[in-house]
Amino acid sequence: MLIESGSPVAADQRIDISLTINGETRALQVAPWTTLLDLLRERLDLTGTKKGCDHGQCGACTVLVNGTRVNSCLVLAVMKDGAEITTVEGLASLQGPGSNALHPLQEAFIEHDAFQCGYCTPGQLCSSVGLLNEGHAKSREEIREAMSGNICRCGAYTNIVDAIEDVMQAGGSR
Amino acid sequence: MNRFEYVRAGTVSEAVAALAADPSARFIAGGTNLVDLMKYNVERPSRLVDISRLPLDAIEERDGGLRIGALVPNATLAYDERVRARYPLLGDALLAGASAQLRNAASTGGNLNQRTRCYYFYDEGTPCNKRQPGSGCPAIGGVNRIHAIFGTSAHCIATHPSDMCVALAALDATVRVEGPKGERSIAFSDYHRLPGDDPQRDTTLEPGEIVLSVDLPERGFAERYTYLKLRDRLSYAFALVSVAAALDLDGDTIREARLALGGVAHKPWRNREAEALLKGKPATRDSFQAAADLIVREAQPQSQNGFKIELARRAIVRGLEQAAAGTPQSSSDKRIQ
Repeated sequence: MLIESGSPVAADQRIDISLTINGETRALQVAPWTTLLDLLRERLDLTGTKKGCDHGQCGACTVLVNGTRVNSCLVLAVMKDGAEITTVEGLASLQGPGSNALHPLQEAFIEHDAFQCGYCTPGQLCSSVGLLNEGHAKSREEIREAMSGNICRCGAYTNIVDAIEDVMQAGGSR
Repeated sequence: MNRFEYVRAGTVSEAVAALAADPSARFIAGGTNLVDLMKYNVERPSRLVDISRLPLDAIEERDGGLRIGALVPNATLAYDERVRARYPLLGDALLAGASAQLRNAASTGGNLNQRTRCYYFYDEGTPCNKRQPGSGCPAIGGVNRIHAIFGTSAHCIATHPSDMCVALAALDATVRVEGPKGERSIAFSDYHRLPGDDPQRDTTLEPGEIVLSVDLPERGFAERYTYLKLRDRLSYAFALVSVAAALDLDGDTIREARLALGGVAHKPWRNREAEALLKGKPATRDSFQAAADLIVREAQPQSQNGFKIELARRAIVRGLEQAAAGTPQSSSDKRIQ
């Protein structure tokens, strides 16, 4: 059903929302308790975004909402009606419509071997893109601090920072 | 997560009415704390009132200070140019908390109203007087390394987890709220409360009240301040002890001192007697130690957190030294100078 300001939507109703995901606008019906993470993975088969802790502690679920990095596990999809979502599957499309080129950060992660098992990598990548969009981190120490919301159990941190620093020094492209 | 009704509020009065109509309803803005608590079944609201689209997201000049809308994200506030220039203590405290992702989502009002991270509060399999009044407090005599050393009661020894609030306490901010009975302002030190006999209440908000803004007075202590946060790892962890220190000096003499502690009580801990003691004294280690001794004299350890008393004493001295020297703690270089 359509949402109207101030009118409660009963718990058994599905709510009509619109999200632009990786450049494609989609009309969706969601239950109010559906997180953005579950919507992406379970309904839309965008399984690049990972569910690690599901409590906002590990960063594996990081996506970009209107260009800003957030933990998708703590976002109720219904609250983001009208937003633009970018997941790891859509990073290439940030290079231009229909582009199949990898994002410079994806290239840099490969070049610097910035992963081992890869489970945290989609979150690390989206978080890094968010970090570059924010433009606050400049030094290596600041990159480390600004990436502290992304845990890597394999301990690839050094190479992740190398990759981000590399792209940052190249002005966001390589 | 339980099933709930969803209401999207278009106006503040609509939000207040939607909450007042249902005692187990909750406001939701950033969701970073509430959604997490719902996943643990600690919060089971019958209705969520989505306030994220209300026009409360501006930072405005007001009476020489700033009015911070309740929906301003923590990251926006931390990096705001006026905050960086005039209230760097607040900006630094915000950046010491959580992660970049959480700060992007979390709101100013939500930061005020976040719940404790006490393990027992989060675990619905254990008793907790805050979660279930009258059920008991297993933290007392239990695993309590992270718990409070000031202002505890026989019913609760939880701490308030916010960094932002420690800075706001030191800066003498005001919280502006609106409820079924209208609008009112609450002095920051009266906003959060001690657990006493009713630890289920974290704040003095009345049922149905919504935070509209946090108002900063003109004085920001931008010259001499620090936010020193000590924790188990260097980033993305709650404070064991934190210190927001701000000084106004006349040469080497202290004209005014502000000091608030985090991680040690059910609310940001301010001791006005210690601040008064510093007034007129030279800005030296001896003066700072005297103030620190006075503050920790009131501390009461639990079975596992006695270390916090000495940690707090030293953090107060170091924080005041950093403030006096005009060398605030860096939020990226974690070496403590």
